[in-house]
Amino acid sequence: MKFHQLILLGLAALVLAGCGSQNIPDPDPDSAGTMVDTDYERDTDGFDDDGMGDGEFIDAEFGSDDELTMVIYFDFDESDLRAEYSDLLQRHASKLANDGRAQIRLEGHTDERGSREYNIGLGERRSQSVRRLLLIQGASADQISTVSFGEERPAAFGSDEESFQLNRRVEIKYIN
Amino acid sequence: MKDLLVRWLVASVLLVSFAGTADAQLEIEITDFVGKRTPVAVVPFGWEGETPAAPFDIDDVIAADLNRSGRFRPIPETDMLQKPDSSVAVDFDDWSILGVEAVIIGKITQTGANAYSVQFQAFDVFKREQLVGYRMPASLGTARRVAHRAADMIYEKLTGIPGVFGTKVAYVSASGSEAARNFSLIVSDIDGENPFTIMESTDPIMSPAWSPDSRQLAYVSFENNVSTIYVQTLRTGNRIKVSSRAGINGAPAFSPDGRKLVLTLGGVDGNLDIHVLDLRSRELQRLTTNRSIDTEGTWSPDGETIYFTSDRSGGPQIYRIGVAGGSPERISFEGSYNARPRLSPDGGKLALVTNDRGNYRIGVLDLKSKDLLIVSTGNQDESPSFAPNSDSLIYATRQGRNGVLELVSADGLVRQRLGSGLGDIREPVWSPFPRY
Repeated sequence: MKFHQLILLGLAALVLAGCGSQNIPDPDPDSAGTMVDTDYERDTDGFDDDGMGDGEFIDAEFGSDDELTMVIYFDFDESDLRAEYSDLLQRHASKLANDGRAQIRLEGHTDERGSREYNIGLGERRSQSVRRLLLIQGASADQISTVSFGEERPAAFGSDEESFQLNRRVEIKYIN
Repeated sequence: MKDLLVRWLVASVLLVSFAGTADAQLEIEITDFVGKRTPVAVVPFGWEGETPAAPFDIDDVIAADLNRSGRFRPIPETDMLQKPDSSVAVDFDDWSILGVEAVIIGKITQTGANAYSVQFQAFDVFKREQLVGYRMPASLGTARRVAHRAADMIYEKLTGIPGVFGTKVAYVSASGSEAARNFSLIVSDIDGENPFTIMESTDPIMSPAWSPDSRQLAYVSFENNVSTIYVQTLRTGNRIKVSSRAGINGAPAFSPDGRKLVLTLGGVDGNLDIHVLDLRSRELQRLTTNRSIDTEGTWSPDGETIYFTSDRSGGPQIYRIGVAGGSPERISFEGSYNARPRLSPDGGKLALVTNDRGNYRIGVLDLKSKDLLIVSTGNQDESPSFAPNSDSLIYATRQGRNGVLELVSADGLVRQRLGSGLGDIREPVWSPFPRY
């Protein structure tokens, strides 16, 4: 789960919570140009509970335990795996080892700098470092395919370091 | 000052005239002139036919071509003291006064329904003699090609270098929203006119490469999330899958005889190496075995050597290897990043992407003197490709978030931009000479 996705979920929860409360009146009755009823007059402060359904709190969904993070990020010009991912990749490897029918595709990506076909090579190098670790940790070779999109499929479209960081990645895709 | 004004006017007129028809076309914008440009006059062509005016322009196209070459400056029509459309009417004194070195006249004659005859003559004003004269049939559909051909003939007479105004460019365009991208492989005239989509996909398309007879394009497509190399025939649209092995299939380039492709294969273990595929026998020859990234192979014009990018020394550098194999020789030494080699068709120069003080720019390496000339000015420039006359290059650069194309003379002195406002354009490849 990426940080900005968390934020989005949080926002979605707020919006949904807002929807739960009904009949919030137009704050400017004149602009509506319609007859104004007494209920409405009473309700203009928006805090009157009358006629409002009960709201409920919504939990953000973070997924169950076996929904693992599917994106691994890399440092500039690096295909070495950061230490922070060792636990995550171990869990992916276990999942593959425990279910022989499970298959994944590792999609390597780079930021936009430099030559496109050379970036295909760099993206593949990243896919392969993930693949090697998964193999060492118990996945079997026929469960894993790799592809590199180089800079062709950015996750973020800016030309700044923030976008570059989000684009230097391997995406793990379960394909069955 | 007047010179500057004229340049500005010419550029503006070009912009306006192209903007008028610019629906899905590349607009031309001239960004840099350096050096002296020879004044020439392209006199409005005469017309004999049913309608009051000719249904197409020939002289405007010729003038625009000569202008874009950066070597010539067509004078404005308003400066002309006479507008002859036959050789007997040419008064060389009138042109000498204007300092014009060559004058081009011509006439369009209707010969039937959508059938015309286009004739042109170019004169050397100082020698007072004809340089070239030619007559060609034309129709509404062929008029632009006829004009480009005339410009090519005039350019060659004036400079001794074959013109490339009748050539084409293939490029990849990405459009649509960021979430749902659409990729198109497009072929247009080198001036951006007549764009034609030859392949579309929601998955990336990469690395187009012309066959030497310019009838086919090889390219990489990521349909179904795997990389596959196709060879597609332009006229029929038929395509053949030529490489779809496990792992990476990338970076195709035709041999000069058109029979083979150099390509990059990665295999299941992802070790990218240079291979040569015989298109008829499907025989595959592996040229490199190094554990580094070896990719972006391209042929020398004699077909004997393959130049490629390898990071066996750490960062990417250019190497070359004989087609029979052997040990590669390193070619690039300046800077920490040199990639994507492309040879000039005359074999003398190598274009590449080089990291120039933090900016990715196009370099032209003189293979004899080893001098490296930086010919682009952006910070994300890529995919250089030489014109078939070796005199200029096309490459991709950035304008905001979008890729646009730039053409630059091989000496770096004349630059122009194609394709503003057309989405994200990349990977231009200049076609071989047209077949007339």
